[in-house]
Amino acid sequence: MEIKLTSPIEKSRLSELKAGDMVSISGTIYTARDAAHKRMEEALSSGRELPFDIKGNIIYYMGPSPAREGQVIGSAGPTTASRMDKYTPRLLDLGLGAMIGKGKRSPEVHEAIIRNGAVYFAAIGGAGALLSKCIKACEVIAYEDLGTEAIRKLTIEDFPCIVVIDSTGEDLYLK
Amino acid sequence: MREINVSEITNKIKNMCISVNLDLSDDMKSALKQAEQEESSTLGKHILRQLDKNLEIASSESIPICQDTGMAVIFLEIGQDVHLTGGSLEAAVNEGVRQGYVEGYLRKSVVDDPLIRKNTGDNTPAVIHEKIVDGDKVKITLAPKGFGSENMSRIFMLKPAEGIEGVKNAVLTAVKDAGPNACPPMVVGVGIGGDFEKSAIMAKQALTRRVDKHSDIQYVAELEKELKDKINSTGIGPGGLGGDVTCLAVNINTYPTHIAGLPVAVNICCHVNRHISCIV
Repeated sequence: MEIKLTSPIEKSRLSELKAGDMVSISGTIYTARDAAHKRMEEALSSGRELPFDIKGNIIYYMGPSPAREGQVIGSAGPTTASRMDKYTPRLLDLGLGAMIGKGKRSPEVHEAIIRNGAVYFAAIGGAGALLSKCIKACEVIAYEDLGTEAIRKLTIEDFPCIVVIDSTGEDLYLK
Repeated sequence: MREINVSEITNKIKNMCISVNLDLSDDMKSALKQAEQEESSTLGKHILRQLDKNLEIASSESIPICQDTGMAVIFLEIGQDVHLTGGSLEAAVNEGVRQGYVEGYLRKSVVDDPLIRKNTGDNTPAVIHEKIVDGDKVKITLAPKGFGSENMSRIFMLKPAEGIEGVKNAVLTAVKDAGPNACPPMVVGVGIGGDFEKSAIMAKQALTRRVDKHSDIQYVAELEKELKDKINSTGIGPGGLGGDVTCLAVNINTYPTHIAGLPVAVNICCHVNRHISCIV
């Protein structure tokens, strides 16, 4: 049974999710991977604002391939989340609601997820063509010079994910 | 002396870059289909079905199978009776990669310096391995490598006394550490022997062998089968979410080594194990 979710998302809704739940997400999410996280960290450290309001929002760790004419986006599957672990606790403490990626997270991210009642979802790694069909709109909103690593605002419909780490810190990979 | 203009190599590489990112080889497709049959976990089966659907969409709609269209790794076997004309071979290879990645709408995933990290914008340069062989032909093998799995690869400099058990432990350690990060079901390339870099290159090259073909050396073929079974009994499963199919194949290459050493390189590839060859 798939649980339908809409992003941005309330913490109270996230707290209902359990590790192993299959979900399908619609709404607005933002992409960011290595280089964008580094820039966001630099922005915060020098007292500047983030390029989007992360409160209750979802970051998708993804850098797409280019869209052909008539396509919204190219291939668009998740990248390995652990490379963002260094930056993630700070973003969670600032209100980031959830993340979509693939692969294991660090103990520090686990703690920050529990502390903030956040959730870590996994999408199917290596299914970028299939997942691209759930992306209905795509707009670069920051760091355009980073190419595929720029921050994109995505409108998604029924994007399939699985809850890997729930808000209590239960981790499906460790089960 | 047979003359080959390097522009012919540019064209071949361009076309191979595009096609290899849209269609997996038949052996990989069959291995994934078979995995779907063998998987007993409901979630695992679901993931394998989605991967199959992903391959169909990639091929029919020309969307890359995975957004990580890789760093282009190219093996060139150049016949010693070939005379390459028309310019630099290395420049021609990189031009093929550039044209393929730009015209094929493939992701540009290469940065110009490992620490300064500015994207080169055209996925060049490639990683090129050249070998001079007998004959008057050039064999080109292209294997774009995604880094989710590349990052989980390892080299172990074992002691000779550790023997075959040491090799098995090394491979299993690398696979267990990789877990969900390497997008299982994986293909595991192993290089045993040689020296530090030779083992790594053999491991990469092992990934370009068909997944339904075992080593010609009997004990190595048996080791491949045994390691595949052992990896599949870890329970990591499709997507790392539990199940029977963690790996589709273990391919091992070997080479003579030093009396004091037993290098073992484990190059892990995800289920999008892309490789294509042609002969000019």
